[in-house]
Amino acid sequence: MAFYRSHVLVSVDPECLKRGAHEVLDALNDELLAQGLLDEVQVLETSRIGDPHRFGPDLLVYPENVHYANLDVDDIPYLVEEHFLKGRTVEKFRAQEKAISDEELGAPKPKEVRIVLRNCGKIDPHNIEDYIAEDGYSALARALTELSPEQVIDEVAKSGLRGRGGAGFPAARKWQLCRQVADNPKYLTCNADEGDPGAFMNRRVLESDPHSVLEGMVIAAYAIGASMGYVYCRAEYPIAVQNLNIAIAQAREFGFLGQNIFGTGFSFDLEVRMGAGAFVCGEETALIASIEGKRGEPRPRPPFPAQKGVWGKPTNNNNVETYAVVPQILLHGAEWYASMGTEKSKGTKTFAVAGDVVNTGLIEVPFGITLREVVYDVGGGIKDGKGFKAIQTGGPMGGGLTAEHLDLPLDYEALTAAGSMMGSGGLIVMDEETCMVDMARFFMEFTQEESCGKCTPCRVGTRRLLELLEKICDGQGVPQDLNTLDDLCHEITQNSLCGLGQGAPNPVISMMKHFRAEFEAHIYEKRCPAKVCRALIHYRIEEQTCTGCTVCARNCPVEAISGARRQAHVIDLEKCIRCGICAQVCNFNAVAVESGK
Amino acid sequence: MTESTLIDRKALTAERQAQIDEIIAANRLRPGALMVVLNETQNRLGFVSEEMQTYIASQLRVAVSAVHGVVTFYSFFTTEPRGKHTVKFCMGTACYVGGVPQLIEKARQLTGTEMGQTTPNGMLTLEICRCVGACSQAPVVTVDDEVVGRIKPTKFPQMIKKLLEE
Repeated sequence: MAFYRSHVLVSVDPECLKRGAHEVLDALNDELLAQGLLDEVQVLETSRIGDPHRFGPDLLVYPENVHYANLDVDDIPYLVEEHFLKGRTVEKFRAQEKAISDEELGAPKPKEVRIVLRNCGKIDPHNIEDYIAEDGYSALARALTELSPEQVIDEVAKSGLRGRGGAGFPAARKWQLCRQVADNPKYLTCNADEGDPGAFMNRRVLESDPHSVLEGMVIAAYAIGASMGYVYCRAEYPIAVQNLNIAIAQAREFGFLGQNIFGTGFSFDLEVRMGAGAFVCGEETALIASIEGKRGEPRPRPPFPAQKGVWGKPTNNNNVETYAVVPQILLHGAEWYASMGTEKSKGTKTFAVAGDVVNTGLIEVPFGITLREVVYDVGGGIKDGKGFKAIQTGGPMGGGLTAEHLDLPLDYEALTAAGSMMGSGGLIVMDEETCMVDMARFFMEFTQEESCGKCTPCRVGTRRLLELLEKICDGQGVPQDLNTLDDLCHEITQNSLCGLGQGAPNPVISMMKHFRAEFEAHIYEKRCPAKVCRALIHYRIEEQTCTGCTVCARNCPVEAISGARRQAHVIDLEKCIRCGICAQVCNFNAVAVESGK
Repeated sequence: MTESTLIDRKALTAERQAQIDEIIAANRLRPGALMVVLNETQNRLGFVSEEMQTYIASQLRVAVSAVHGVVTFYSFFTTEPRGKHTVKFCMGTACYVGGVPQLIEKARQLTGTEMGQTTPNGMLTLEICRCVGACSQAPVVTVDDEVVGRIKPTKFPQMIKKLLEE
């Protein structure tokens, strides 16, 4: 094959042709010939590149990835001389595109290593060929044609890959357990029921790079000997479901799914199953029940899904991210993957950073990076120059960590030892204006509502916990409540059936451990130090600062603010519902929040 | 809305029955078809009333109690028709911190309708939902499945009023 240093793709779609694309193409070939560049620069015809009405005729130059637009035959000699002979980009011909900003992901931030997210925003998720061009499905080809199932499991074992759903169980060991069971058929499930508030890593991968998950699933199916798989995706992610279905149809068409894949006699097919808004379905036994069309209630383990899963058959369940990593491990080797991370946590992990940090959004970092690096280097520090207070890892079943934990390496064991957990990867950063009692209440409200109701400790216990926390937030707490909270947390953790119940008290336990003084301030002094809990705060307009612009009075939902134009306004504390809208809309920071006497 | 118009809106009409038949025919042979059928019915018809549940149970040859059990377990299934528009308020952590509770308060006052209910004119259903995963745009609501982020408290009332009217 000839080697070209440059490739030029000229758009020859009907609209560009009407605008003279053919003449441009001819001129380009003539000029390259004249300059003696024809064996260095390859010219290809392609379909539309940009919007032809705005850019045509246009062309794209690789490897620089420069898009020249609105070209005329007369422009070509100059373009060829500058770009291809002298190697200078011609700015005046470049397409003026509106910068597309990707608020979730954006360009890699400092200290990021993108493996799972590598294709997100880079390839067209609706086009399998885009994925194939990024080495897509070549790991599958290698697995099916060069490796035995045991060798695949071996390779994954050597890489040290652990389940990314939260518990961190070694993926290869899980596969091995399922493979060993002498029962057929076997099933494969992918947990895409990403329900933690503040976590959206899996959604982004499913939407932007669905094929990486499919490829990982087919490889895993080959390793364990599964013939059918289900991607269980939550109903809140309609675009992910749509893109997955498109991807599955294309993979079938290309022979990566279905009968006799790569002519090896191995057959495997996939189907997407949608959830319907139940958080507990992220628990594997509940997920399996839901796939079977039942209420998504968990059941006791053992038997583990590896023995009895979907339709009572051996089933392997992994998270979206776990599957998405697998092709990369087979492609680049286990040693490469194991070279990143800490002793027991290998590779990279995606996190959704939310809360009071400058750069919210998705990140992917190697294990072992410290929380400080995540918050300050990757996350850009706390918003509005405020102070750091806490970080919640592991979602609503995880725990809060404080400034003293900032130098903790992100690693499964280190987080567990500190009283939190890795979880699926939600990181919620809280600044000094966050009330930890209120946060504990918020997480408990979530788990209480999402408790499926099957076992009593979780169903009743979380309700009692929530009531106690609400009481404390309302300023009605008594000293005995702290002991009751402790006892309840212990009982729920010990006696619940599934991970949801066992983990539900975690935020309360960790917040009480690290911020006990705040709980005590609520109970003994009837004061909310962070000025959040409504029953314990009041708003006051500072006379000196207020300009009397009337914005607050107009926006107050209960008409509790009075005052003439250009005169200082006053809040009627009897009417005020402490919604805080006045403080939000005030342009002069004249609304102060106070708590306590 | 009077009782009778509500019953009319929920009735298992011939047209609705035909749609359910179509959904069942396409999925009958699928293992675990019940969830798929209910999801599809909720999507296309907007609700799964008790009458519809009974019909689905008879067609799939499962107990009515099993269908009802599944419908009531998952929060996406509704037994009553929704308004023409549905606004869902995201109660994920970032949105909770970012001011959605204040938006909810405002919406309740503007519509005189509680969360989970439909306005008397049948135009707007207000609901609370779990994190939609658009935390970087908090505060977020969804209007008929479209995510609307970075809502300003000053602009929000206009949005609600518009939905109430058209």
